[in-house]
Amino acid sequence: MKLQTNYMGLQLDSPIVVSACTLSEKTDNIVMMEDNGAGAVVLFSLFEEQIKKEEALFKGVMNTTTNVFAEATDYFTGLDDFNVGSDEYLENIRRAKERVKIPVIGSLNGITSEGWIDYSRMMEQAGADGIEVNIFFIPGDVNMNSSHVEHRYLNIIESIKQTVKIPVAVKLNPYFSAMGNMAVRMEKAGADALVMFNRFYQPDFNINDLTIKTDLQYSEPNEIRLPLLWTALLYGKVNLSLAATTGVQSAVEVIKYILAGSDVVMTASSLYKNGIAYLKTMNKELQGWMYTMGFDDLKAFRGNMSQQHIADPTAYERANYIKILEGVKV
Amino acid sequence: MSNKKTIATIDGNEAAAYVAYRVNEVCAIYPITPSSTMAELADEWAAKGTKNIWGSVPDIMEMQSEAGAAGTVHGALQTGSLTTTFTASQGLMLMLPNMYKIAGELTATVFHVAARSLAAQGLSIFGDHQDVMAARTTGFAMLSSVSVQEAHDFALIAQVASLKARIPVIHFFDGFRTSHEVNKLELLSDDQIKSMVTDDLVIAHRNRGLNPEKPFIRGTAQNPDIYFQGRETVNTFYNNMPGIVEEVMNDFEKMTGRKYELFQYSGAADAERIIIIMGSGGETVDETVQALNAAGEKTGVLQVRLYRPFSLEHFIKAIPASVKSIAILDRTKESGAAGEPMYQDVLASLVDALQQGKIKQLPKLIGGRYGLSSKEFTPAMVKAVFDELKKDKPKNSFTIGINDDVTFTSLQYDPNYTLDESEWRQGLFFGLGADGTVGANKNTIKIIGENTDLFAQGYFVYDSKKSGARTVSHLRFGPKPIRAPYLISKADFIACHQFNFIEKVEMLEFAKDGATFLINSPYDKSEVWGKLTGQVQKMIIDKKIKVYIIDATTVARDTGMNGRINTIMQTCYFALSGVLPREDAIKQIKKAIEKTYFKKGQKVIDQNFKAVDATLANLYEVEYPKTVSAAVHELLTVSKKAPEFVQEVTSVMMAGHGDELPVSKMPIDGTYPSGTTQWEKRNVSDLVPLWEPDTCIQCGNCAYVCPHSVIRAKFFHEKYLEKAPEGFQSAPINSRGFPETKYSLQVYLEDCTGCNLCVEVCPATSLTDNTRKAINLTEKEPILEKGKANIEYFENIPWNDRSKIDFSTVHGAQFLEPLFEFSGACAGCGETPYLKLLSQLFGERLLVANATGCSSIYGGNLPTTPWTVNAEGRGPAWSNSLFEDNAEFGLGMRITADQQLHAAKQYLLGLKDELGEAVVTDILDAKQTLESELAVQHLRVQKLKEQLKTMTSSPAQHLLSVADQLVRRSVWLVGGDGWAYDIGYGGLDHALASGRNVNILVLDTEVYSNTGGQSSKSTPTAATAKFAAGGKAGGKKDLAMQAISYGNVYVARVAFGANPQQTLLAMREAEAYDGPSLILAYSHCIAHGYDLKDGLSQQNNAVASGHWPLLRYNPVLRKKNQNPFVLDSPRPTMALRDYAYNELRYKVLTMTNPTVAEDLMKHAQDLVNLKWKNYEELATKKASDFVPIA
Repeated sequence: MKLQTNYMGLQLDSPIVVSACTLSEKTDNIVMMEDNGAGAVVLFSLFEEQIKKEEALFKGVMNTTTNVFAEATDYFTGLDDFNVGSDEYLENIRRAKERVKIPVIGSLNGITSEGWIDYSRMMEQAGADGIEVNIFFIPGDVNMNSSHVEHRYLNIIESIKQTVKIPVAVKLNPYFSAMGNMAVRMEKAGADALVMFNRFYQPDFNINDLTIKTDLQYSEPNEIRLPLLWTALLYGKVNLSLAATTGVQSAVEVIKYILAGSDVVMTASSLYKNGIAYLKTMNKELQGWMYTMGFDDLKAFRGNMSQQHIADPTAYERANYIKILEGVKV
Repeated sequence: MSNKKTIATIDGNEAAAYVAYRVNEVCAIYPITPSSTMAELADEWAAKGTKNIWGSVPDIMEMQSEAGAAGTVHGALQTGSLTTTFTASQGLMLMLPNMYKIAGELTATVFHVAARSLAAQGLSIFGDHQDVMAARTTGFAMLSSVSVQEAHDFALIAQVASLKARIPVIHFFDGFRTSHEVNKLELLSDDQIKSMVTDDLVIAHRNRGLNPEKPFIRGTAQNPDIYFQGRETVNTFYNNMPGIVEEVMNDFEKMTGRKYELFQYSGAADAERIIIIMGSGGETVDETVQALNAAGEKTGVLQVRLYRPFSLEHFIKAIPASVKSIAILDRTKESGAAGEPMYQDVLASLVDALQQGKIKQLPKLIGGRYGLSSKEFTPAMVKAVFDELKKDKPKNSFTIGINDDVTFTSLQYDPNYTLDESEWRQGLFFGLGADGTVGANKNTIKIIGENTDLFAQGYFVYDSKKSGARTVSHLRFGPKPIRAPYLISKADFIACHQFNFIEKVEMLEFAKDGATFLINSPYDKSEVWGKLTGQVQKMIIDKKIKVYIIDATTVARDTGMNGRINTIMQTCYFALSGVLPREDAIKQIKKAIEKTYFKKGQKVIDQNFKAVDATLANLYEVEYPKTVSAAVHELLTVSKKAPEFVQEVTSVMMAGHGDELPVSKMPIDGTYPSGTTQWEKRNVSDLVPLWEPDTCIQCGNCAYVCPHSVIRAKFFHEKYLEKAPEGFQSAPINSRGFPETKYSLQVYLEDCTGCNLCVEVCPATSLTDNTRKAINLTEKEPILEKGKANIEYFENIPWNDRSKIDFSTVHGAQFLEPLFEFSGACAGCGETPYLKLLSQLFGERLLVANATGCSSIYGGNLPTTPWTVNAEGRGPAWSNSLFEDNAEFGLGMRITADQQLHAAKQYLLGLKDELGEAVVTDILDAKQTLESELAVQHLRVQKLKEQLKTMTSSPAQHLLSVADQLVRRSVWLVGGDGWAYDIGYGGLDHALASGRNVNILVLDTEVYSNTGGQSSKSTPTAATAKFAAGGKAGGKKDLAMQAISYGNVYVARVAFGANPQQTLLAMREAEAYDGPSLILAYSHCIAHGYDLKDGLSQQNNAVASGHWPLLRYNPVLRKKNQNPFVLDSPRPTMALRDYAYNELRYKVLTMTNPTVAEDLMKHAQDLVNLKWKNYEELATKKASDFVPIA
């Protein structure tokens, strides 16, 4: 069974890609991912505000400890050469590229236009094979209309594409008025792939101390339906690679996404739960299923369940909704 | 050999260390100001793999003390290594015993010393020759360098001469004045160095080392029959030494063109009056001599380079035969001597020369003292000395530079006398320690010094505070080498980097006529004139000063410079100062930016360029009227309520005029009044806490954690509110059973440093606005005036009766008066809350022995000190002896207390009939555990003293003198981990083992905080520190377990940010325990490298990760047959790395060496796990498993 796939121009030996997560902070883990059959690795996200915060903290520390007292004119010597945060991240890319052959994709979560441009350039220079642009933006400003929001996305993509030559994937959320049209416009802006979707870590409240809870929950298989829907809807309608990234806990979700039309399927939660070696299991299970079904390669079934390939395309639209509602009548 | 000259602009410490590192194989080091930088650089270079001239990396070994360093040096030398050390002051004193040995054994080595004052009536970190003069009898040769270039050159000359002559050398230069002065110099190349330190010298040195292959014994014990003769064997070597040094100096001159002589004479060939001097002051004398001679006088200066061995032959040869009178200036004091050391040497030499017929008559000789503790020594003072020499009967044993109105030793001088300074461009910059002014100026010197033909000099003056410290940078540029080791008194350019200095700091008194005054001003050019004080306006008009303004803060913000004004102000200097043509200057600064930020990418470079351009666009000259429009008001002084001493003396120091205080104003024995910080009102922070009574739950946490005792709480009857000023805040007390009682929390606004710890610790959030807590930082200015009235009113409300407060809780402790307040410690300091608590709990019967370090500096550095007194006049009695001896010092205090208590009891019994039996037995039988019992005992003793005053018998008078001891004394030995774990460990161990009732509080920051963050044995694994730049591989010493092993020592490990209640409990238990106790107190510190507003949560993390398990070992429990080992913190809930990597001290290593960082972190985690496992086991053992109490 051949698992090769093409993701935004990168040739991968497996459609299972490790999504941005802290496991990739260690180069040894990345090597293990490759050894266990990951098609590619998206590195943990570089958060611009975090870097800015670290830089500010670093500068703050240096300011309060340098040339302040006669007895101690400095506390931390020889550190002027360091760019806290970003240097460390870029070094991770360099180290990973030295040790693995699978594509290493940098993940960038910016907040300012300079941030997007500068850090994507630096990632390319550090040797990243691609960049995943993680646009995490909640339009909480009630004066901001949908057009503003959409342009924000498109501008980011355009500016990065003007900066780097490596392929650029956009990890986005599904909450656009016209998600399909946005996908097309992102393609025009230069995006090479869409990664669906970003999970918003929505808050909860602690009612005892009146604080906001920001705990992280792993994605569950039942969350795959929204990305599955949009993958199936967009497949064949946009000239972009499609990556799915929510709720992947086993090969079952991988198969479903590829059936919907995904070029690659990303997972992190399953590796946190089962360990990095679980990649091997997922690849094996995928191959086992393909063998059972008689598919020799991914092309043979990719998109088979997409909107354009199923017998009743309305199943993805309003009619399916009505059907479901009818089904739950008691 | 390359002839290309390498120019550098570095300070004297680096200049000396540069050579010392290259010509040695071993450096045994220990930090001490002002020499620490030399050792730090050696460690840093070794960590980077920099090699010496023989291609190996020297072994840099930090020791536990200078005594340890000297021992290691001795051992390394005795086995043939080329070995050095760097030290100063008390450090050199600790090396003395070994120095006699090293010299007696004719061992070649050079000790590089940044010469510094010795602690006498007070400690001083500043420069003079007291330390090296105290070492002059050791047998070491003494070579004095006077400038940064010489510190570099003499490091080599000393090394070569020492190897050739087999005489060890102290190479010294003036602490701070030379060690910290940045100047332009020519660096020696490795080839040049190697050409002088020849292989035969090195091999001969090695061959003299101990070697089992050809064994011998050295270091025997000798008897009266031969010791004396043995001492005389070295004479030939000492006789030869001057000739050898001269020969090396001649070789050096051939190689570099720089000429040095053992006694370097400069001046008129037919001089009649000369000054003999050693150290940087010689430069000042030399420059003044040239000016005086140009005006027709016949003067000269003899600079002593080689002071020991003192060569009569060279000395006599160097003095012109025409000389009629000589002044010998010593930068030291030898009380009770016939004269200072060099004076006596000169006198003896001249008399000897006269007797031998080498001179025809004895010139008139006078000796004088100058420049102690970096006291300024200026051309005006030099001229006064020369003028004195003109007199028929010049004053001997004089002083210059002070006003001695007691024994009248001082010479008068005209402070307005200056040399021709027209070739120099001189700039003075007034800034804050944290605003980057000094760093920018060091950078300016580098840019101009290394990229143009101009010569440059920079010297930086800091005040004595660690928070809100002011700095003054003195910069000179000129076409010739700048030999002016004194501060600038007439500047061409003055910059005020903080607008509020206009009202607080005298700046324009140093301005030349027509000078340029640059102000960082929030006001535009039309407004700013009106914002200046009358004095400043008058000075500007009178001196025709050109005034420029820049809103540097706004420009820095708008150009993305993170609010840092240093680059902006530096650009203004380049544009306005005229040191370089403006276009050229801007080109240079941009070139420097490119060089500095090359690695950080074009964006950072562009951002800095943008800041430079924006600076020039926003720099305006201010047009001003010819008349003063603002009111002239006095610079801020102390309150009229301050005591007389504060009014007359302290306030003068506070205003920066301490130099003007005469001897008569000084306490004769270093005794100063307590509690003077309260008069200083430094107004360091623009942001201060504002209390919201409606939200407050009155927990007391904010008052507990406040490092500067700025937040205080009282409860009182509501009648006190009747006369309260408008806006005085209070709330009903939230304890039950206190009707009509109010609670008030007062913030001392002018003393706050804005650290934010109070806000971080506050657990109460407004129910209507969860962004607000019960205490929040707010702008000070709008609330200041009313706030002052509130503070005054609050102070008039009496403190709550201690005997009625349950201060076993944090809530209760807030009502105790802090007797440690408003110290100069860093904003957010992690040490001072412990001291404040100590003062609250036991202050009125507290004796503190304080080891030298941060706590002795913020605790005892003049002008103002924080240990204070209560309304009854009682409070902590505090003293600092040294760094190394604090445990012994404190133990001595305990012994006195015990001895005098015993005597008092004896006298009491003896006077039973006169005093009455009840009086005596009540006092002798009094329990003194509870606060109420102590209060009653205080009253009893007061009454007894009144009674004794009416009695005239000798026993009664004796009892009166010791009666205070009848109230139980609380003796605390306080210091940092550098003291407790390293230099003072032997004494600390002994004090613990003594069984006496001493309480030891270790403010554990896990590094030497005061001297810049050097590694101690408390530094944890995987952290970096100076002297452990590659990450500390060894484990942190478990001092708690060592103390526990005695069995009868109360031990606690506490962290007030993690568990304030446990800290409180431990302090009270320790004090109550009648035996030795040790408290290890986790103290977050700027040396850890994070924003200290997070200090408390980081303390919590230290505990939660198992790095700092909280524990108490109480021998009292053992006596009750209970397990004395109590673990007060739960099993670790977070990984060590999650705690550690919040701090730069750990994170640095992940940047510099990620692999080592990872390995060390794993190792550190293993150690934490193991330690916890062992502690858990101990906590579950039976009482009988622990040492029984006798």
